[in-house]
Amino acid sequence: MRGVALVGTGLTKFTRSNISIESLMLLAMKSLFENTKNLAQKDVDVVLTSTSDNSKYLASIVSELAGLTPKISHSVESLCNSGANSVVSAFAYIAAGLADIALVVGAERFDSPGRILEWDRSRGQYKHPIYWSSMFTKAHMRKYGTTKEDLAIVSAKNHKNATANPYAYFEKEYSVDEIMQSKNLTEEIRLLDCSLPCSGSAAILLASEETAKKYTDCPVWITGIGQKTTSAGFTKNTDLTTMQSTIHAATDAYKMSNIQASNVDVAEIHDAFTICEIIELEDLGFAKKGEASRYARICYETQDRKINPRGGLIGSGHPLGATGIAQITEICQQLQGKAEKRQVQGAKVGLVQNMSAAATSSTVLILQS
Amino acid sequence: MTTFENELKNGKFVCSECIKCNKLVWPPSDFCSNCFTKVRWRQVSTIATLVEFSKKDDTIFCIAEFEGTIRVMGSLETKSEEISIGQELILAKCDYDKTERFVFQLK
Repeated sequence: MRGVALVGTGLTKFTRSNISIESLMLLAMKSLFENTKNLAQKDVDVVLTSTSDNSKYLASIVSELAGLTPKISHSVESLCNSGANSVVSAFAYIAAGLADIALVVGAERFDSPGRILEWDRSRGQYKHPIYWSSMFTKAHMRKYGTTKEDLAIVSAKNHKNATANPYAYFEKEYSVDEIMQSKNLTEEIRLLDCSLPCSGSAAILLASEETAKKYTDCPVWITGIGQKTTSAGFTKNTDLTTMQSTIHAATDAYKMSNIQASNVDVAEIHDAFTICEIIELEDLGFAKKGEASRYARICYETQDRKINPRGGLIGSGHPLGATGIAQITEICQQLQGKAEKRQVQGAKVGLVQNMSAAATSSTVLILQS
Repeated sequence: MTTFENELKNGKFVCSECIKCNKLVWPPSDFCSNCFTKVRWRQVSTIATLVEFSKKDDTIFCIAEFEGTIRVMGSLETKSEEISIGQELILAKCDYDKTERFVFQLK
C-alpha cells in the first residue's frame, strides 16, 4: 500500500449564514486552491463531498462549478463523521492506486436535517441529541462522580482555544461560572455544554507519496486509520459511561500506525457535548477511566492546547459534514507548524476522532509529519 | 404506516421476532438481523427495567429495558423522589403520532 499525505487545506468561517451548500463548498475549495502551490484543476482526479444535507449529485455539481473533471466523484454521508469518513475513502482510492490527487470538501448549513436521526425508533419522542448526551452525562456522573463544574471546564477550555481560531463561530471566552449559569436544557446539560449547529465548510487535498512534494514542502502523512460502527440506534450503547465504537476505532488506528496515546502530541476530538470530550479522553487512552475530568482541568489551568486546539466543536461550531475535515485540517496545520497562535510547539504526531449519532460509529486517524 | 406504527397507535407495543431463530429484532424490521428470515409481530411485555433517567423541566425521561434486550426512551410519570436504576417499571401508555411515544410508571 503506498503512502498518502495531506498536502493542502481550505476553510470558511463558521457562521449562521443562509448560504447554499454548493456555495459553501466552493468557498472552501477556492481557499484550498489559493493555499496550495502548483495545484491545477486538471490535477484533481477524485472529488468527494461530505454532508448530511439532502442535496443530490453534489460531488459532480461542485466539480462542474469549480471547473474540475475528476475520474471519481461521489458523496459520503454518515451524519457527524461524514467528514473523516470521506477522507478515509479518499485515502483508500489513492492507496489502492486508483487515483493520485483527491479533493475532499465537506459543508453543512445551520438548519441541516442531519441534526436529528428520525429513523432511531429507540429514542421515542426524545430524538434531539440533548437527550442522549444527558443519558451519557448522568451515567458518567453516577459511576465516576463527574460534576457539572467538570463539564463547564471542558467548555471554558474549548471556548478559550477558539478565540485563537479565526474560523471559529464563537469569538469570546466564557468563564466556568458563566457556563454553569447558562440556560439549563436538562438536569445535567446547559446551553454552553453543547456544540452549535452552524454553516461552514472545510476542504482538504490528499496526494500519493509520488506527487505530494509537488504541492507542499511539508506533507502530513496518514499513518493510522480505525473505523467502527456498533449500531445506528442510540440505546444499543450498553454501557453509557463509554463509547465502544471509539475504543475499537482507536485500537485499530494505533495498531496501524504503531503508536500509543502517550505518543500523541495534539488531538482534535469530537466534543459535540462536554461529556463527549471527557469520555473520549478516557476511551482514546489519554486518561484512565474516571480521570479525564482531572486531565481536562489541568489542560485548562495550564493553558495546554493539546486537546482541541482550534476550540473543538464547542468553540468552533459544528457544521456536521465539515466538522471531521476541519478537525483534520487543524491537526495538519499543527504538524506543519502553521497553526499560528494555536500552535502546540514541536507537534509531530496528531490524532483526530470524529464520531456520529450518539457514538454509534467512530473514526480515528493518526497523522504524522 | 408500518405494522409497528399502527399497533403503537392502538396502544400496543409490538416487536418483530424471527420466525426461524425466534430472535427479537429491535429496532423493528421486516427481516431478522441474525439470519435475514421474515419476522412475525408479537406484543412486548409491559414490564421494563429502568436503565438511566434524567429530567427536562418537570418531565422525567428515561431509558427502559424490556425482556432483557429491547431498550427505548420514554417519559417516566412519578411523584416519588426515590427513583433508582434497576427499578421495575410498567409501560402505562404508548402511542404513535409522527413519532413513537412511551410512558412509564413505577411498578
